[in-house]
Amino acid sequence: MSEKVAIVGAGHSKFGTRRDVNIPELCWESMRPAFESANLEPKDIDFFVVGNAGIWSSEAAIPSLMAEYADLAPKGSMRVEAACASGSAAIKVGYSTIISGEADIVLALGIEKMQESPNPNVIELIGRFGSYFWEFENFGLTFPGYYAMYGTSYMFKYGAKEEDFALVAVKNHYYGAKNPLAQFQKEIDVETVMKSPYIAWPFKLFDCSPITDGSACVILASESKVKELGIDEKVWIISQGVGTGTANLSRREDFTTLPSARYAAEMAYKRAKIDLDNPVKYLDGANVHDCFTAPEIIAYEDLRFCKRGEGVEWIREQQTYIGGKIPVNIDGGLKAKGHPIGATGVSMAVEAYKQLLQKAEKGRQADINKGVWLTHNVGGTGHFTYVTIYSLSKGVVI
Amino acid sequence: MSDVKIEEKIKEAGLPILEDEKTGAQQWFDVRELRLKYIISVEKTKQFFEGLKQGKLLATKCKNCGRIFFPPQVDCPSCLRSDIEWIELKGEGTIETLTVIFVKPPSFNHFDPYTVAIARLDEGPRILAWLRGDPKKIKPNQRVKVKVSRREKEEYLIYELIPV
Repeated sequence: MSEKVAIVGAGHSKFGTRRDVNIPELCWESMRPAFESANLEPKDIDFFVVGNAGIWSSEAAIPSLMAEYADLAPKGSMRVEAACASGSAAIKVGYSTIISGEADIVLALGIEKMQESPNPNVIELIGRFGSYFWEFENFGLTFPGYYAMYGTSYMFKYGAKEEDFALVAVKNHYYGAKNPLAQFQKEIDVETVMKSPYIAWPFKLFDCSPITDGSACVILASESKVKELGIDEKVWIISQGVGTGTANLSRREDFTTLPSARYAAEMAYKRAKIDLDNPVKYLDGANVHDCFTAPEIIAYEDLRFCKRGEGVEWIREQQTYIGGKIPVNIDGGLKAKGHPIGATGVSMAVEAYKQLLQKAEKGRQADINKGVWLTHNVGGTGHFTYVTIYSLSKGVVI
Repeated sequence: MSDVKIEEKIKEAGLPILEDEKTGAQQWFDVRELRLKYIISVEKTKQFFEGLKQGKLLATKCKNCGRIFFPPQVDCPSCLRSDIEWIELKGEGTIETLTVIFVKPPSFNHFDPYTVAIARLDEGPRILAWLRGDPKKIKPNQRVKVKVSRREKEEYLIYELIPV
């Protein structure tokens, strides 16, 4: 058994509308910089795993496709799917494979090419990521619709306004404008959000993350391999918590919180020996799953950054900008960076790597004092949540 | 891209390759089309659908522990038994949350924007369904009742929520 697992290389494609590349070319765009930063080659990989939801795109057997394209055959592999958390699921497989001692170097790739299908088809297919029969078939839910019911409930319970949700989009576009790999690199204001058309009330177009093509890649290595190769630039995975929620929203009791996220966060904090009552004190920043604006606010609460109902105050007070209590989604988040479903979790890991090693672009680099970063990646509407804690050292110290 | 345009391109150039209108990048337009329609078993829950025919909303109840399931399920994980009975729900409850779907899936395009709500029924279970009427008038804890009827334009029996 390996003691620890580190990210030793990371790569990230340009996110957006990528009509200029096919699926293997888009994968390679993040794999090559991952190999280069790790100073490794395809032959060094013991095992690889691909996070991909697929269905809207042409290739189903992406691990094999990449074995062919990138000389990874005959090494072991698999494709994993956990909806919008597929990328974190890929990291989990890589992490567990190394921890178990089955492999020393694992490549985890996240890829989604959603724009191989027309937008209406993608809207239809994402709407099916819930309970197919009891929600989609008979009631035509869409993905914004599922989360909009959380937004409505949060407004009912805590008196939040649509303008408050808009502040999340304003923040994430502000940082997206500083990230050259983001889909949207334009700052917006509250008025832009409020004037955009309704998608699923109370969410408007600018409350929603876009339909995105993109890939992200990390190379994970065991502690002994890190020593053997003398790798200096690395970020350790300290812990990971995973939770699952019911398929039917109607089987849940509260629409202002995701129990799967609370469970995953508690598990990750306990394993990392982080105080459940004040996790912010241990962290330099976080990436949370802002597939829509309201869920970012709910994430602050599920992650115990603040108390239930206080998340809306946090966004009003700009507590999640650089200089606030904890910077969140300073790569633009899903909202502005884009949300290629299978790639998002790996993209968050790449961002943790960049932030902790102080490689982020000017204007969006957090102060790294504690050397710890958190990612919160939700699949479906809290159907799966992965919370992962990354650190410059092999444990969390305060 | 319309099929006609692709067919014309094949005739003209011998390949289904066209330029992307925005970026000018060359795109292969798939010549294979898949229509997806699933066949879902309702054999073990057929009583639920029989109930709809009589205008009733049925749930399952574990005979051993009394747990009520809606949507109905026939296996009880609390006591690992599959000995259930069908009970009628009164169909009265309270709205907990709602949304209005403006951008619809293509398979729902024949409907106007529709309101989806979740209500907590008085017996305990929650129900997700379309909500009739003006969503702007809905306040937290609005009382509703469940009504089974043939949905306009599709003609099959389904339940909806009506404010009372």
